[in-house]
Amino acid sequence: MLFSAILTGLVLGGTYALVAMGLTLQYGVARIMNLAYGDIIIAASFGAFVLFTAFGVNPLLGMLLVIPAGFALSWLIYAVMLQPLARRSRDRGRLEGDSILATFGLLFVIQGVALVIFGAGFQSYSFLAVPVDILGTTIAANRLLAFVLAVVFGLGLWLMLTRTRFGTVIRAVAANPASAPLVGINVDSVARFAFALGGALAAAGGVVVSMYLTFSATMGVIFTMKALIVVIMGGVGNLMGALAAGLILGLVETLVASFIDPGLTLAATYLIFLAVLVVRPQGLFGKTAR
Amino acid sequence: MTTFRRRTVLQGMGVSALATALSGLPVLAQDRTAIRIGYAVPKTGANAAGAGISTIPNYLLWVDDVNKAGGLALSKLGVTLPLEVVEYDDRSSSEELVRAVERLATQDNADFILPSWGTGPNLASGPTFDRFGYPQLGATAVTDMAPDLVKRWKHSFWLLGGGHDYANALVQLLVKQREAGTINNKVAIASVADGFGIDLSKAATPAFTEAGFELVYDKTYPLGTSDFAPIINEVSSLGVDTFVAFSYPPDTFALTQQSVVANFSPKVFYLGVGTAFPIYPGIAGPNHDGVMGVGGIDPDSEALAAYFERHTALNGQAPDSWASAITYASLEMLQQAIERVGDIDREAITAELSTGEFDTVIGKVKLVDNQLRSLWTVGQWQGGKFVGLAHTERDGSRDPVVPKPAWVPAS
Repeated sequence: MLFSAILTGLVLGGTYALVAMGLTLQYGVARIMNLAYGDIIIAASFGAFVLFTAFGVNPLLGMLLVIPAGFALSWLIYAVMLQPLARRSRDRGRLEGDSILATFGLLFVIQGVALVIFGAGFQSYSFLAVPVDILGTTIAANRLLAFVLAVVFGLGLWLMLTRTRFGTVIRAVAANPASAPLVGINVDSVARFAFALGGALAAAGGVVVSMYLTFSATMGVIFTMKALIVVIMGGVGNLMGALAAGLILGLVETLVASFIDPGLTLAATYLIFLAVLVVRPQGLFGKTAR
Repeated sequence: MTTFRRRTVLQGMGVSALATALSGLPVLAQDRTAIRIGYAVPKTGANAAGAGISTIPNYLLWVDDVNKAGGLALSKLGVTLPLEVVEYDDRSSSEELVRAVERLATQDNADFILPSWGTGPNLASGPTFDRFGYPQLGATAVTDMAPDLVKRWKHSFWLLGGGHDYANALVQLLVKQREAGTINNKVAIASVADGFGIDLSKAATPAFTEAGFELVYDKTYPLGTSDFAPIINEVSSLGVDTFVAFSYPPDTFALTQQSVVANFSPKVFYLGVGTAFPIYPGIAGPNHDGVMGVGGIDPDSEALAAYFERHTALNGQAPDSWASAITYASLEMLQQAIERVGDIDREAITAELSTGEFDTVIGKVKLVDNQLRSLWTVGQWQGGKFVGLAHTERDGSRDPVVPKPAWVPAS
């Protein structure tokens, strides 16, 4: 029973981590607090939904289309809308405030477009909703896939950030955007790339989530909220932090639901969130581990 | 900066007061070109999905049906007028809704105001409807308070019953199954910790206990829960024949999927809002057959079949099999009441709605104390339709299929 709960919790946490990693990249490197993040996730879910239901494209193959589309769309959003804000604001606080307002507007634009195209109704399709038996615990294959993808993307990006020259450049911008230009780094383009990469991760999360969750055009804010909690808890801008925080939240929720009461999962989420912030205000992996 | 003299200010105030007073005057019959129907509904926000299924498509359909037929005949004025619509988005916020209803009443001079979607919004806007004297046809509000509310708000009508109606009907149905020996005595309930789930579980828990059922699991889960593996895993080990979830649509779909994955296939599988949605069979695949839930329709009704067809043709989606037909019926009642009175006399129309008998897609309707008592309360998917199994004050229910067919594993 305990093993089963831990496994189920890790799998749920994988979804949280997958959904949150893109936001941590966008906020940590590009310094954009993207309130339209959840709506990008929903847009990707709709993309996968259309590919699957209208064209019969397997969502895993659909990812090959949706992830680059998420990257391109976020690149465009940054170039058109956020770059002017970034250039205008000299300090981090100003950019954060401006980006919150700008992306708050963007949220409604994306939501409005989705409402016009798809209506307000619930959309859903089922993919890989088959049981997988792991040491006597039954888990849905689509959720297991979310977990595997979260780990693969998390580790892959972490290796890229810590082992490659380009990764070092991104980390330099994250650590000190004011000094980065002194060593010949184009902060603008690095921030744009990081924002777009975050959008690609959001799109990946959206495709995976659409395989087993019912979604509607107005549900983006739920994902933004969850991602924000994971990001802040993990340490803003830290990929491993997002991964760890996502897994911890998933574990806590499942353990509480299994052994105490499902009604307390939300309370437990916020309790552990607060506890982490009280002990480590910078988050689990805050700044020092960057 | 411009400075205003006192006289200018007073003149301005006088003119605007006159304008305000004039705008409130009734429009004269010969000036009328249309009957103005106003409504504020959630087109965005948390309630948009629900309204997009049960409410908005029916408003569009009704307006289309009436206008295609040439309009509403106002015999006292000697004219037949088409409907004209003023629509607002209440953004799923009660404050926004109340403001919009006030605006519809005072600025837009709507002749009739249609209600928003859901129990909470209907309760929140009740006083405003009543204050301005507009009939409020609450077709998507489930509340046990209806008998008290109609005393307080004389213009309000409650058409979807209360939590006790649904819970008691379910328990009575299960008692019969237990007596017939088809199910055991153990029941598990999971309910969403929000309006509908709280109301229904509050009514169901004592009803199950009084009927002698053993409640081996009775827990709530927070709104927005996406992972039901812990709940289903625990419930599946408790030996229950009956699983009841007072759930919202996303939960309803996720619970189905999780139960199939975990191969938890109890003899009675009952879910909440969303079971009666047209997309449920698409989501559950072959496993929708035999699933029970709130609502239901009379599958033999020709009027209802024609309504389903018109609804699908206009909106590109079928109506749900619970509140949709009730919503449309409420509009037919309004239409017939207006035509019987033959004038935009909202007091007389309210009185007619209270006492008259109406011909609707759900059959003949006569309200009791401003409430619809003839309701489908428990339904089950049978042969591709969500048929009514149980009812309050209603004939013609189908027999439940118990046990439901075993799950077909997903491929």
